[in-house]
Amino acid sequence: MKQPAAVLGTGQTHHRSKRLDVSMGGLCREAIDRALADAEVDWSDIDAVVLGKAPDLFEGVMMPELALADALGATGKPLLRVHTAGSVGGSTALVAASLVQAGVHRRVLAVAFEKQSESNAMWALSIGIPFSMPVHAGAGGYFAPHIRSYIRRSGAPEHVGAMVAVKDRRNGALNQYAHLRQSDITLESVQASAMLWDPVRYDETCPSSDGACAMVIGDASTAGGRNAAWIHATAMRTEPTMFAGRDHVNPQAGRDAAAALWKEAGITDPAAEVDAAEIYVPFSWFEPMWLENLGFADVGDGWKMTEAGDTAIGGRLPVNPSGGVLSSNPIGASGMLRFAEAAMQVMGRAGDHQVDGARTALGHAYGGGSQFFAMWVVRSTKP
Amino acid sequence: MVNDVAVIGFAQSPSVPVTDGTTNGVEMLVPVFERALAQAGLPKSDVGFWCSGSSDYLAGRAFSFVAAVDAIGAFPPIHESHIEGDAAWALYEAWLKLRTGEADTALVYGFGKSSAGELRRVLALQTDPYTVAPLWPDAVSLAALQARLGLDAGLWSERDMAEVAARSRADATTNPLAQLSGKVDVEELLGTEYVADPLRVHDCAPVTDGAAAVVLAAGDRARELVGRPAWISGIAHRVESGSLGVRDLTTSVSTTASAEAAGGVDGVEVAELHAPFTHQELLLRQALGLGSSVRINPSGGVLTGNPMFAAGLVRIGEAAGRVFDGSAGRVLAHATSGPLLQHNLVCVLEGAR
Repeated sequence: MKQPAAVLGTGQTHHRSKRLDVSMGGLCREAIDRALADAEVDWSDIDAVVLGKAPDLFEGVMMPELALADALGATGKPLLRVHTAGSVGGSTALVAASLVQAGVHRRVLAVAFEKQSESNAMWALSIGIPFSMPVHAGAGGYFAPHIRSYIRRSGAPEHVGAMVAVKDRRNGALNQYAHLRQSDITLESVQASAMLWDPVRYDETCPSSDGACAMVIGDASTAGGRNAAWIHATAMRTEPTMFAGRDHVNPQAGRDAAAALWKEAGITDPAAEVDAAEIYVPFSWFEPMWLENLGFADVGDGWKMTEAGDTAIGGRLPVNPSGGVLSSNPIGASGMLRFAEAAMQVMGRAGDHQVDGARTALGHAYGGGSQFFAMWVVRSTKP
Repeated sequence: MVNDVAVIGFAQSPSVPVTDGTTNGVEMLVPVFERALAQAGLPKSDVGFWCSGSSDYLAGRAFSFVAAVDAIGAFPPIHESHIEGDAAWALYEAWLKLRTGEADTALVYGFGKSSAGELRRVLALQTDPYTVAPLWPDAVSLAALQARLGLDAGLWSERDMAEVAARSRADATTNPLAQLSGKVDVEELLGTEYVADPLRVHDCAPVTDGAAAVVLAAGDRARELVGRPAWISGIAHRVESGSLGVRDLTTSVSTTASAEAAGGVDGVEVAELHAPFTHQELLLRQALGLGSSVRINPSGGVLTGNPMFAAGLVRIGEAAGRVFDGSAGRVLAHATSGPLLQHNLVCVLEGAR
């Protein structure tokens, strides 16, 4: 019953810590204009717009899509606003895909953004509800114990996190849009950087970025014979933040989502059948953790893939050839960037960070306390 | 070929001025889920997709919807999503999921604790952040500008508006969950003070805390579960400019376009309209082209209880209720979002399919 749907074009902004040269509308338009051009379509070809971003308190605007309707080209059209925490960029792409897959629209524009410089994300994340733990240590403080637990359970050597940081930042240097482009970063320099939340060092954390991402998703009639990224499988799963027995290191929701995803895509051996993966890695240690959660490696073995260089461009499974979240993190857009970068890989339009011969790619996003997951598999061939 | 989708269950909390519950709605939602699922005859473990609508700004903190997931008991993990806005749009997302066949049942919920802040001031932050919001144009004053434009254009009178309020409260006497109800005299209403000229207290929806849930099912699953599903024959929404100066505030072209895309209003017997101000009901009736034979807001509408971010979903549930009980064969529900009816959704439901 699902109609085939494909990414026809992608666009993103140059990501920076402060984009003082544009408003929120201008930021979104920078990504949208590139996506429309990449898809070779104009405003009149767009039937509906789906906007995603993380909490409104990040910019201090209530439901900004309302004020942005004109800038998004949504006036007179349907406009949906998605918010699923850090996974939102991915969820937004999936809702946009659903509009096409459900046969409601032919071409949909998906947009995600975060303009973190308009407000203070750390503040927005630190307003607790009564009766909850007053941690107030930001995302790093929340995830550091999970990372420590992963290291203890897997026996991973301590340098694996630094290796991920070196790889992703050097990949980021190949990506003209990345916020951090550090071609000269080394294992030693990462290990010499300040310890923020043991065992997470400064160079192993994501930056705080202003940025946006946009995609045009269309049906078979609009894709025609174009070079497109066909959506072969999608999955979303949620579990609660806290309950006794929850595995914060390897959450069930992520495992369930991955299992459903591989099944729908007809993939039985993900490590062998996926050519490139854009995985949401805001802290370096999440690469080996998610490799296991996604089923690319057995439990306890994710770090071995990283250490062996399998996840580098040219390796067995290139992970985050774009530089990933460690190189650019406009939170609401970060998930969509993973989905768009996966599409760019299979369309052969990833520029200097193109993985040779990529035909099947994964886009992955997670959010909240590792409890919201959104993923897709795209291929260069029609399902 | 895509699936037909129907509403098969609905429940809402009492509309109250203040709840003792938390801003994430958990205390209000748990009993609402229970009642909606019982009406649908669906065990919670069988729900294929969950989707919610709410607002972090109303809650005064980021990620309020995350804690709302606690009301579900989401383990084993669930297929779930969230819309920042009225849950009527969450229902739209769930409708998509069911049409694609990714799920065959869904539970959609919305919640809002307006009493946690000062609602009319909080809503000012929905306007353009660079040029308008810094002026703090409160929601009631903005609505007053719209009401004045219509009065000056001769589209409605203050008496017409008071009559809407009186009829709504009289209808709400049969709605035990309404916040306001009772017989009121139009002359008496017209003798009261303005709160924002030309709006009086009765012209404005009360500030309400509340929550609601709607259960959806596709095709044969809907037929198995309930005797008379309310089939969604059409659902569509359109947004207008966020710049208040560039649109005609005395009509709602997005509502008109949504109704057309949803299959039109012919044969509609009952309409539940999401009109937080009396003049907006008059405006919406005109934009939708609803004749005098159409029964408007038999529940009392949001003028008698306005749970923010659930109120649009409640309109769909209330309209579906007229199909469930056999009192109507074709009904219309409308939801709105944003300042002065900026974003509108129309859902047409039918008994036979």
